[in-house]
Amino acid sequence: MRARLRLRRLPPGVLVAAIVVAAACAIPVAYLAVVMLDDPSAAWDAIWRSSTLTLLLRSAAFAIAVGAGATALALPLAWLTARTDLPLRRLWTVLATLPLVIPSYIGAYLLVSALGPRGELQRILAPIGIERIPSIYGFGGAWVVLTLFTYPLVLLPLRAALRRMDPALEDAARGMGRSEWAVARTVVLPQLVPAIGAGALLAALYALSDFGAVSILRFDSFTRVIYQSYRGSFDRTGAAALAALLVVVMVGLLLLESRARRGRAYFRSAPGVARDARIVRLGRWRWPALAFCAAVALVAFVLPVAMLLLWSGRSVAGSVAWPDVLAATGNSLLLAALAAAFATLAALPIAWLGARHPGRATGLLGALTTTGYALPGIVVALALVFFGIRVVPALYQSLPMLVFALVILLAPLAVGAARSAFLQISPRVEEAARGAGRSPASVAARITFPLARAGILAGAALVFLAAIKELPAVVLLSPIGFDTLPLMIWQETNRSYFEAGAIPALVLLAVSAPPLWLLVGRER
Amino acid sequence: MTSRRSLCLLITALLAVPSLAACGAGDSGGSAGDGSLLTIYSGRDAEYVAPIIDRFRKAHPDIHVKVRYGDSAELAATIREEGDRSPADLFFSQDAGALGALQGVGLLKKLPQATLDRVPAEFNSAAGDWVGVTGRVRVLAYDSRKLKEADLPASVFDLTQPRWKGKIGWAPTNASFQSFVTGMRKVEGDAKTKAWLEAMKANGTQAYEKNGIIRDAIASGEIEAGLINHYYIIEGRTAGEVKGNDYPVHLHFFPNGDIGTMVNVSGIGILSGAGQQANAQRFIDFVLERPQQEYFARDVGEYPLIPGVPQDPSLPPFASITRPKVNLADLADLQGTQALLQQAGVL
Repeated sequence: MRARLRLRRLPPGVLVAAIVVAAACAIPVAYLAVVMLDDPSAAWDAIWRSSTLTLLLRSAAFAIAVGAGATALALPLAWLTARTDLPLRRLWTVLATLPLVIPSYIGAYLLVSALGPRGELQRILAPIGIERIPSIYGFGGAWVVLTLFTYPLVLLPLRAALRRMDPALEDAARGMGRSEWAVARTVVLPQLVPAIGAGALLAALYALSDFGAVSILRFDSFTRVIYQSYRGSFDRTGAAALAALLVVVMVGLLLLESRARRGRAYFRSAPGVARDARIVRLGRWRWPALAFCAAVALVAFVLPVAMLLLWSGRSVAGSVAWPDVLAATGNSLLLAALAAAFATLAALPIAWLGARHPGRATGLLGALTTTGYALPGIVVALALVFFGIRVVPALYQSLPMLVFALVILLAPLAVGAARSAFLQISPRVEEAARGAGRSPASVAARITFPLARAGILAGAALVFLAAIKELPAVVLLSPIGFDTLPLMIWQETNRSYFEAGAIPALVLLAVSAPPLWLLVGRER
Repeated sequence: MTSRRSLCLLITALLAVPSLAACGAGDSGGSAGDGSLLTIYSGRDAEYVAPIIDRFRKAHPDIHVKVRYGDSAELAATIREEGDRSPADLFFSQDAGALGALQGVGLLKKLPQATLDRVPAEFNSAAGDWVGVTGRVRVLAYDSRKLKEADLPASVFDLTQPRWKGKIGWAPTNASFQSFVTGMRKVEGDAKTKAWLEAMKANGTQAYEKNGIIRDAIASGEIEAGLINHYYIIEGRTAGEVKGNDYPVHLHFFPNGDIGTMVNVSGIGILSGAGQQANAQRFIDFVLERPQQEYFARDVGEYPLIPGVPQDPSLPPFASITRPKVNLADLADLQGTQALLQQAGVL
């Protein structure tokens, strides 16, 4: 009842756009329903299998652990790089963001090769009698790897929030004689909740849907079991039933996040010129701070890249098919740019409604938009195979359909960034413009979007970085002959030598640099 | 400034889409019906299949061949969702299991008897829905610097002895290994298979991701032996640090029909909805011809399935391998195998 009343007050144009986007993003859910209804008893059996509940709890715990771990890494990094006089701040900012460009399947493989029981580290330690390093497989190893490669998803919104936060509030609290610690706890931290929530949610959902890292580190998450159902037993109904439960876990995580953020205002308290926040002097604490930043950068970026360089040297540059690498690079860039553009456009109505009209109806639209991101790539790809070939056969396995698949998979990255940008614009500014006789469209074009532009572009960059790494959907939905860099890496490594994939992997990292610049390099 | 430029880029990208959409759609138009097209889904790597495709193109310049490469099981899942509308005419699979799964849902077309007759019946689908192309044998690869032939066990079940503690490698997550365990379950029963898996684990057997990595671990002296597919040795000999005859990794084929030497096949089938049946049939007959079989034998190191085609001379003759009695159709049942691997704590 109340939901319906609220719906009427929403601007119809935006609402229609949001419903269209949410409906498109709900295609995988519709597919899961179709598959399960095809053989309801088998689906029912898969859901009530004794192992399923364990799997459900373990995956939920894993997702929450990754979200928490990513936050624990991102909080100090964000604060150090945004609010202190840490030496070489710009460098640490860029280095701390760089793990974002490393695909989890490569990162996991590299870490296993470096730190695994028989890895490079063991080789180095072998002369002093160490034959095996303790196993890194299972929950712990997968948690470490996914935390290391997802924490930038929390870091970016956190830094943005720290930099845009109104320092007047903190100053007021200090003026009332509160200690620095009390100010941080009672004023700063609560203001960071939406940024932490949005980022940790993305990290947690990524952990739910990731296959690369969990398979290499042998952790039986939902997604790994779903892949095994397809690969091992050709059991589409069982896989669909598990994927449907994954959606349930996702809804749980969304509710957690929205509870944390409910009923607060995050825009500046008063009109006026934005002022930069106070810079904290670290003093002798700067050394441990530097060590911390260096350690994270070393493990999450320098080490993987060093391994890639080592291997690309071993794989002998002469055997690299450079024209193929070049063509794949062009395709990857095109695909990622298109995915970023369309995902950003699709995200705007959902993000705006979520920021300005929070409620059950908009929450539902947001949740539907998020499902693709929480589901394994193969489920989304098969959903588009199923509907694509039946509904738009002319576009089946064409570039537009592949871009469409990537939008479904990655839209939440753009939604999150755009929504936090909208949240930080005071609605009073928009109201004032409306009061001055501006049309809603004019307010959007002249006030809202210019103010939110940086956030929206950051979202586009995030989608670009994720799209350029995407593999499962590209394998099944790309036009035949449309090779991308991840496809090339997969084909090279599939044969047996991971080393052979090192060159395309390095190229992938290199071409990810420009959008990364958009994320962190433009700061003054 | 920078953000405005990026905005321009964004808009340019948006404008580029309709034109791309148009050419993308034209590209994937599927079967044009002019008899000149052939679409193949290949679960086998491009490295091994592309040379065959090139030969086929040369032999049939009028046929436009398109190949989608992927994982065998994922491609089978894709065909399952596409149903009769699949743009693919042919499915070339790495193993019998994925073909069996498609046959199970009626998505493969019965092949003419003349085609099936070219390959011994035990390597084809019993229903005649797909035909085997090459044979791949499970073996024990070993370090010839540390082990003599006389040291090697007569059965894969002997690898649980203390003699081999911590010295054997296997790849529990690998599809070929799981196929082999499925074969073991069918021949020896679930209880014995589970006991073997548990004993292997207890004996400190080292887990690796892939066959090739096990081979390299033997070559580098990390382990003494490992369970792999036989043809990985060919790549090792040509690409390893020590090449040719000095390559330290040798192969042991378990004698007396031991399940440890199970034979699996790569195979090919025509999809029931294929728009290009005649061309699909031409391709199947082409890969079963002598020159192509010779290619798979020589360059990939697999066993040719057509009688009379010479195999790699460094491998024992195919006929000399006493094969365990495994029905290839049974290998599609991997569900029970994965459950067993999990119960045994191996996966």
